[in-house]
Amino acid sequence: MGAALFLVLAVLTVAAALGVVLHPNPVKSALFLVVTLFLLAVVFVLLEAHMIAALQIIVYAGAIMVLFLFVIMLLNLQIDDPERGRRRLVLRGLAWAGGILLAVELAVLTRGAPVGDVGTAPAGYGGAEAVAKSLFTDFLLPFELTSILLLVAVVGAVVLAQKQRRPTIS
Amino acid sequence: MGLIEVGIAAAKAFAVLMLVLHMSAILLWVERKGSALIQDRIGANRANIFGVMPFNFGLINTLIADPLKLITKEDVVPAGADKFLHFLAPFLAVFPVMVTFAAVPFGDQLVIGDYTINLQVAALDIGILYVLAMSSLAVYGVVLGGWASNSRWALLGGIRGSAQMISYEIAMGLALIGAVMTFGTLDMQAIARAQGHHFFGLIPAWGVIYQPLGFLIFLIAGIAETKRVPFDLPEGESELISGYFTEYSGMKQAAFMLSDFAESVVVAGLVTTLFFGAWQVPFLFRDGFHLPGGAIVALPHLLVVALQIAAFTLKVFFFCVFQILVRWTLPRYRYDQVMDLGWKYLLPLALANMLVTGVVIVLLG
Repeated sequence: MGAALFLVLAVLTVAAALGVVLHPNPVKSALFLVVTLFLLAVVFVLLEAHMIAALQIIVYAGAIMVLFLFVIMLLNLQIDDPERGRRRLVLRGLAWAGGILLAVELAVLTRGAPVGDVGTAPAGYGGAEAVAKSLFTDFLLPFELTSILLLVAVVGAVVLAQKQRRPTIS
Repeated sequence: MGLIEVGIAAAKAFAVLMLVLHMSAILLWVERKGSALIQDRIGANRANIFGVMPFNFGLINTLIADPLKLITKEDVVPAGADKFLHFLAPFLAVFPVMVTFAAVPFGDQLVIGDYTINLQVAALDIGILYVLAMSSLAVYGVVLGGWASNSRWALLGGIRGSAQMISYEIAMGLALIGAVMTFGTLDMQAIARAQGHHFFGLIPAWGVIYQPLGFLIFLIAGIAETKRVPFDLPEGESELISGYFTEYSGMKQAAFMLSDFAESVVVAGLVTTLFFGAWQVPFLFRDGFHLPGGAIVALPHLLVVALQIAAFTLKVFFFCVFQILVRWTLPRYRYDQVMDLGWKYLLPLALANMLVTGVVIVLLG
């Protein structure tokens, strides 16, 4: 049941991800990305990571992608020249996919694939408490560093967005 | 899972869906008649359809006549519109609102024979996050409705809507964090149970007593999220005709309207659950009333559960009507005022509320 569900989800997720890259219309590309992120959240739920799934939807599908759409609509981006761009993207995507597949195959061949029953997650795994605990103990430094990085990005965006002050001529 | 458990789960889901839908429909009537009352008009009065009602009820109008009319109207898709997204947008507007209520508990446990039924559709330990996640998806219906219509008015409405909903989501989420810190859980049923005791045996320990500021911020941000007056800039009929759903007709337009009312119901449900004791009735415990002064009125289990569900429904209805009162009392804000209120007042206040809550919790140990 779980494996079958995962397979269906995986196929859908990859299909949606391909849609992001291949669709000529920027708005629909962004929407495909929303679908991809939503399906990824479902994969997280299958992995018992409920907290991460909810955060994935709140932050990525619900906030960041809305801003993407907002900007695309505000700038009124038009459809790219469909043929040229698309063919190049397909080639590039295939090259990347082939490369990643090769890398994964190499890793599996050298280390041996994880097979068999992986068991069930312990109670409370992936809930708010478990995630918070590991975030504020084992991963405290990366967590704080990430928040500083985001703060820097916010300050940078504000500085860049400020209207250029004209030098006053005295 | 046995057949009976599946049946129970389905029945709960159906009951909650019906609660939201009926509440929305009745709100539509309350809005029509209530606005008439406020503005000294008669309001919807052409409703005596079959000539059998003793007087013009008005309720019949909104419950039967309106949907019939809307269903039979022509469904217009504007030229140059993105047909698929234009079709999809109303569904995207309604769906997230309807599923939000799944995490809201509408009663304590109901014990029938061997079965203990938790009166909540989905007992999620991340309930509040689930609610935020779903409400953050509600914006897509607005954005896509605006974009796919191929109309300037609709596009402007959609852009306004997305900016406004994102802005107020932040204040809303931060206001909720205060409540989450107070109760120490994200599980909405646990939050409901935590509000069951009384201060000095007199005052019910509802969330609003711990979090008065959090409640105000949440209520204001919630009303802004529903995009109704005084925050109805995305519709703004004096400038944008009807905003993001200008180009919709018939049942699709009704879907957008329904989602607006259902959002009001959801906001009322969340306010009730987090700040007004959810299904708790003052002095009512599992075995009956424990009145101050020591008097105990024992009640049968079924009656207690019925009282809880009734209390929850009444509280939700109260906050729905309150939102309608706000809607017909205040004039519309200017757009910069809406943005200022969200970013310059509610957001810092919510942050301060969080800080104070944290300090108090640390001090009280």
